[in-house]
Amino acid sequence: MNQSNDIEALRARLDGTRGREYWRSLEAVAETPEFKEFLHREFPSNASEWLDPVGRRSFLKLMGASLSLAGVSACTRQPIEEIVPYVRQPEELVPGKPLFYATAMPFAGSALGLLVESHEGRPTKIEGNPDHPSSRGATDIYAQAAILGLYDPDRSQTTTNLGEIKPFSAFVEAARAVVSGQGSKQGGGLRILSETVASPTLAAQIEALLKRFPAAKWVQWEPVGRHNAREGSRLAFGEYVEPQYAIEKADVILSLDSDFMCAGPAGVRHSRAFASRRRAETGTARNRLYAVESTPTNTGTRADHRLPLKPSEIDGFARALAAQLGVEGVTAGTVSDAARKWLGPLAKDLQGARGRGVVIVGEGQPAAVHAIGHAINAALGNVGETVTYTQTPEAAPSDQRAGLRELVGEMNAGKVDFLLVLGGNPVYTAPSDLQFGAALHKVKLRAHVGLYEDETAALCQWHIPEAHFLEMWGDARSDDGTVTIVQPLIAPLYNGKSLVEVMAAFSEAGARAGYDLVREHWAAQTGLSTEAVAPAPAPQPAATAPGAPAAPAGVAAAPSQPLSPFDREWRRWLHDGLVPNTAFAPKPVTLQAGFAKAAAPAGQGLEVVFRPDPSVYDGRFANNGWLQELPKALTKLTWDNAALIAPATADRLGLFKGEADEAFASKAPVVELKKGDRTLRVPVWLVPGQAPDTLTLHLGYGRERAGRTGTGTGFNVNVLRTWDSQDVVNGVELVATGDTYQLASTQDHWSLEGRNLVRVATAAEFAADPGFADKRELVADRALTMYKSDWKYEGYAWGMAIDQNVCNGCNACVVACQAENNVPVVGKSQVLNGREMHWLRVDRYFTGELDNPDTYHQPMPCQQCEGAPCEVVCPVAATTHSDEGLNDMVYNRCVGTRYCSNNCPYKVRRFNFLLYQDFDTPSLKLMRNPDVTVRSRGVMEKCTYCVQRINQARVTAKLDDRQIRDGEVVTACQAACPTDAIVFGNINDPESRVAKLKKSPLNYALLAELNTRPRTTYMAVVRNPNVELEPPSASHAEGEEGH
Amino acid sequence: MAAKEHVQDPAEAALLQRTPAVIAPGHTFESVTDSIAGVVLTKRTTLGWFFGFALAFSLLMLLNLTIGKLLMEGIGIWGNNVPVGWAFDIINFVWWIGIGHAGTLISAILLLFRQQWRTSINRFAEAMTLFAVACAAMFPLLHTGRPWLAVYWLFPYPNSMGLWPQFRSPLIWDVFAVSTYGTVSALFWFTGLVPDMATLRDKATSPVAKRIFGMVALGWRGSARHWQRYEMAYLLLAGISTPLVLSVHSVVSFDFAVSVLPGWHATIFPPYFVAGAIYSGFAMVMTLAIPLRKFYGLEDFITMRHIHNMTKVMLATGMIVAYGYANEAFFAWYSANPYEGYMMLNRMTGPYAFFYWSLIAINAAMIQLFWFRSVRDNIPLLFVLSLLVNVGMWLERFIIIVTSLHRDFLPSSWDMYAPTRWDFAMFAGTIGLFFSLFFLFVRFVPAIAIFEMRTIVPEAKLKEHHG
Repeated sequence: MNQSNDIEALRARLDGTRGREYWRSLEAVAETPEFKEFLHREFPSNASEWLDPVGRRSFLKLMGASLSLAGVSACTRQPIEEIVPYVRQPEELVPGKPLFYATAMPFAGSALGLLVESHEGRPTKIEGNPDHPSSRGATDIYAQAAILGLYDPDRSQTTTNLGEIKPFSAFVEAARAVVSGQGSKQGGGLRILSETVASPTLAAQIEALLKRFPAAKWVQWEPVGRHNAREGSRLAFGEYVEPQYAIEKADVILSLDSDFMCAGPAGVRHSRAFASRRRAETGTARNRLYAVESTPTNTGTRADHRLPLKPSEIDGFARALAAQLGVEGVTAGTVSDAARKWLGPLAKDLQGARGRGVVIVGEGQPAAVHAIGHAINAALGNVGETVTYTQTPEAAPSDQRAGLRELVGEMNAGKVDFLLVLGGNPVYTAPSDLQFGAALHKVKLRAHVGLYEDETAALCQWHIPEAHFLEMWGDARSDDGTVTIVQPLIAPLYNGKSLVEVMAAFSEAGARAGYDLVREHWAAQTGLSTEAVAPAPAPQPAATAPGAPAAPAGVAAAPSQPLSPFDREWRRWLHDGLVPNTAFAPKPVTLQAGFAKAAAPAGQGLEVVFRPDPSVYDGRFANNGWLQELPKALTKLTWDNAALIAPATADRLGLFKGEADEAFASKAPVVELKKGDRTLRVPVWLVPGQAPDTLTLHLGYGRERAGRTGTGTGFNVNVLRTWDSQDVVNGVELVATGDTYQLASTQDHWSLEGRNLVRVATAAEFAADPGFADKRELVADRALTMYKSDWKYEGYAWGMAIDQNVCNGCNACVVACQAENNVPVVGKSQVLNGREMHWLRVDRYFTGELDNPDTYHQPMPCQQCEGAPCEVVCPVAATTHSDEGLNDMVYNRCVGTRYCSNNCPYKVRRFNFLLYQDFDTPSLKLMRNPDVTVRSRGVMEKCTYCVQRINQARVTAKLDDRQIRDGEVVTACQAACPTDAIVFGNINDPESRVAKLKKSPLNYALLAELNTRPRTTYMAVVRNPNVELEPPSASHAEGEEGH
Repeated sequence: MAAKEHVQDPAEAALLQRTPAVIAPGHTFESVTDSIAGVVLTKRTTLGWFFGFALAFSLLMLLNLTIGKLLMEGIGIWGNNVPVGWAFDIINFVWWIGIGHAGTLISAILLLFRQQWRTSINRFAEAMTLFAVACAAMFPLLHTGRPWLAVYWLFPYPNSMGLWPQFRSPLIWDVFAVSTYGTVSALFWFTGLVPDMATLRDKATSPVAKRIFGMVALGWRGSARHWQRYEMAYLLLAGISTPLVLSVHSVVSFDFAVSVLPGWHATIFPPYFVAGAIYSGFAMVMTLAIPLRKFYGLEDFITMRHIHNMTKVMLATGMIVAYGYANEAFFAWYSANPYEGYMMLNRMTGPYAFFYWSLIAINAAMIQLFWFRSVRDNIPLLFVLSLLVNVGMWLERFIIIVTSLHRDFLPSSWDMYAPTRWDFAMFAGTIGLFFSLFFLFVRFVPAIAIFEMRTIVPEAKLKEHHG
């Protein structure tokens, strides 16, 4: 009612002030009780206005507040914290030329080493760090999408206490009060709940606090962590160890329900290792992968043999296999007939590859199966060869599940005075029977540090916005132990604080800058002096940025500046993106007796498996539009989760009554899942290859306070997830409700319709008929064209080769393309209408039997046809051919007839049916790649082979007066690909990798019979089956379909 | 008349006896002039006219609303997607342009072939052509993502960037075909109107009407010199229009035939499209003529002879269209091309099979009714059938465009298309535009060429000599 009066009053104060006086008056304004009162009422505790589009009324109010605050913030002094560009010295900073900085993305108790592209101080694109062992230049979808996470306008922006905006210093004071209050009881009421900590500095800080307060406790909780793997290692070896797999050395690999190529940050490393023995160039040194799994995984799609088993059967299978292999201490369990057929040949194969095989057990399997896996590896002599054991990357491995339950017990008992939630969202992620939210209310003082004002923040008195990893100083260990110093790419957009900075508030020294804290920790670790000594020459690292191998390497160090011994190291660490010699050394382990005692609970009825969502993980990425709209590899669903079910089971349960017409299958029946008094309503989705009587539920959806993008998407399956059944729930009752729910899938059609689009042969067939890949039923006559062209591509001729042998459908390329090319997010309703904008999609096809099909992934960028059907039909010449063979799109000229899209046999063109780009949100403007046009409504767009990168390389090469070298142009999809499945280059250069690949007998062009002469070609798949399991006659190579 | 001269065979004479005349007996110059001009010159506008016009006009307003929304938000308000980049927009375009063809055929080709029965229907058939082209022309422009640029970038105009349209694109051919067609049709229609405008000028009592008709009549005095030049001009325009009957829809069919898409890439398309256009055009003429002759009492001029002839033309062209369907199916099999084969199978058994079989039911099966004289004599039934033919021809374009696009080469891209309410609004809106114009036309312009009708009354035969 008197809001307008407030503004009037403020305006009156500001009126008539000018210049220096104006600044002083502003501070005076900010200090007045009226202004404080104004702010107080402006941001009430449940202020959803932050989340809603700014209405006219609140817009005026915000304008008033930000006007006065603008003056205040301008007076803050920026701290001097040097960061070191990866390749070029700051003096080289040329507007329009990006710099690359090395950092790492901490994720789920591990980290992925990255290089971040920065345009004039704005991080715009993430690449893998080629020097970093976890990345070797590649990334996963989470790292690719982190850019959008950074610029997410919905991130929490202010420190609040009971909904009121407070300065961070107020929290520091509150923290000190807590600490001093706890002095008398040795911190008995002090609890810290963090995610799995892989930061040595943070762990040291917490441990220092625990030393000061011996009665305080630190609990780590990760909803989909490596609990079972950890407990399995303790069961087997009596201590927490991390198995390190050398998959590249393995000839025979058995995955027991493990998605080792795509689950977690190690997936990138494992994918590359697996691919190194599978690519078209590999020749006969192909490895063989067996996958036994309940729900189809990306890893399983690359398996030569795949056996769908119910979760409860995998334990029995592992035991039977161990018994067959003669592992001591394991007695064979019961196995199904299908599994029994497998055991002999599999055991024989594994035994035949002693020291060259490996068994990898998935996170969802109980500890005992992990232990059995370790025992099999030991019995086969694989330990020390394909698997070694080291200490764990997480600083303090613990039984997180027990820890959380204990913490909730203490909270309920009123023993907790102060709970500090360091990241994570336990109110949403904790097992539902623990009633974490209710227990939280019994804690006197609660503080939450997080990127979002999420479900947990809503129940805590204090909320501190966490700095995104691209905004903070920190450190992180990756799986193999390698430490990376996390350096910021940009000052915190919203005054966020890193966890290290928050923890410092509880230390004796008090709040400090993250930069100092991390440096101090590492100075202490290395024992090097931070005192400056005589001027030292700058170190000369040899490392290089992707796409710029010839760039002059140099560390930003003015030669005249004196450097301390520590600084010299520090600069190199920052520059290289890793601290040398921090990888863990292998650790001898000995198998303990009794590891296989605990048998898994017997299966009963429908079994429900919980898995992190392939896109939004445990819900932490729920507000990331790129990930929400990313078609999940196996289901191609976007914006939702669903109960995945095998077609046969759905049939038996009477779901999809009548003929499940695929075309309309996105209208999914809703079922009610019941276990005890817990019920969950969720739509079901058919997944060929799912184990019978098994439902898979993906975590991470049904968020209530995720932000504008994530709130209300999908279904919260945590409802069914109790403490003692966090991986699997047995005996779930399924009731069809008769309702339907609209799921948005980007690929409705499963089968190849008998079309030979994905060409497949077994190794034996390939040996017998090396030319199988390019055998065609229909042949195009080059002369049959209306428009004959005798154009010779004399200079560069860009081309791409995609190796389907190794692509596991991880989707990193899709997100990378989206980030690189400013591809907009369109939302669920538009996806439903078939209007998703991804320039690069990964087509997924099933062939073979419906219950256990072969699955293939076919990345589909623009094929850049030499005889492009799109070009001749454009009435305004908006899509034309470049002299290097690129099929260029001239956005300015496009009037949007969509004829080009209709005439594109590959349907890779994307049309802006509506205004999909967000031209208004300021933070998203910072995010965009300045080298790529932001497309508006009404124009067609498509993959350009990252022409901006080609041109950048061209400029560099021209300056050096040379040709662009092979490997100098790396497209965004290629750079991100963990399996190196995408190869790009100049096909006119016979020495280029792409030209050599295109000479491979496996090379074939898709739909070549249309005379399109695509520049993108594919490598046919060569499977490596075990002849005992798959006699040559029963080959799947002909691609019979099923649906 | 001319036919009678060489009637020898009594059987043939008997047949001719059964054939209704093109004009009811007993009419004179005056009665023809009065009854046709009276429709325009009367001061009384019927309630039915107001009612019909109001209905059409409200649909026209819906069109305005839709276009407004379309320009504000983009063509995403429709159901088009990838892979179905074209849907209602191009279906409606082809449908309307097809309807227009009957007008040109009647006015040009039948004139050159001296088919006298054309005289009583050519005027409103030409008007129909003009209005249908107006409706059709809207779609190629408005279906683009950025119509404010498409409106002139598709024309070859000299510009400082030295940029020309891409002449290999059938859409550019379309621009020329449709704009030529529109221009020639307008000229032809207007030229034919001039003598009648003079008649109205002379008969009008209101000074305002006199003045307006006078201006439009371009000073026509009916002198022998006027007539001589008029006849020459009209014949020349007919000559120019004649190839258009074949070329326009052939060019429209190139939009599809030139592409690589199974279901589009077919050499049968030009003749098949032209036949379909004439077929649907005659259906529309029938749809308009039946109420027109009833409500304005023009049964004497638009006789059963006309109805019969139009039905026969529809039967003939409809059979060509049905042959086209058979041909498509045959070549889908005979080519042994799996994509073509699947396309046909998908049309017949896929998710849009209902529409395919509806189309076959109408355009291949139902039209066989036209063989029967009893059907040709049954006016209410013919009215319903002519409406169904229009539906059938709309479905044909739906089948060609949507079912070909929605499942093409890569099964991964297959998707469904469903129109939105704005798709229907745009379609209904163009129907509103068409009928609004038509209502205005029948009220203010003689719907039947008076002077041409005068040439076929018995009086005229006495004076007639070959000219």
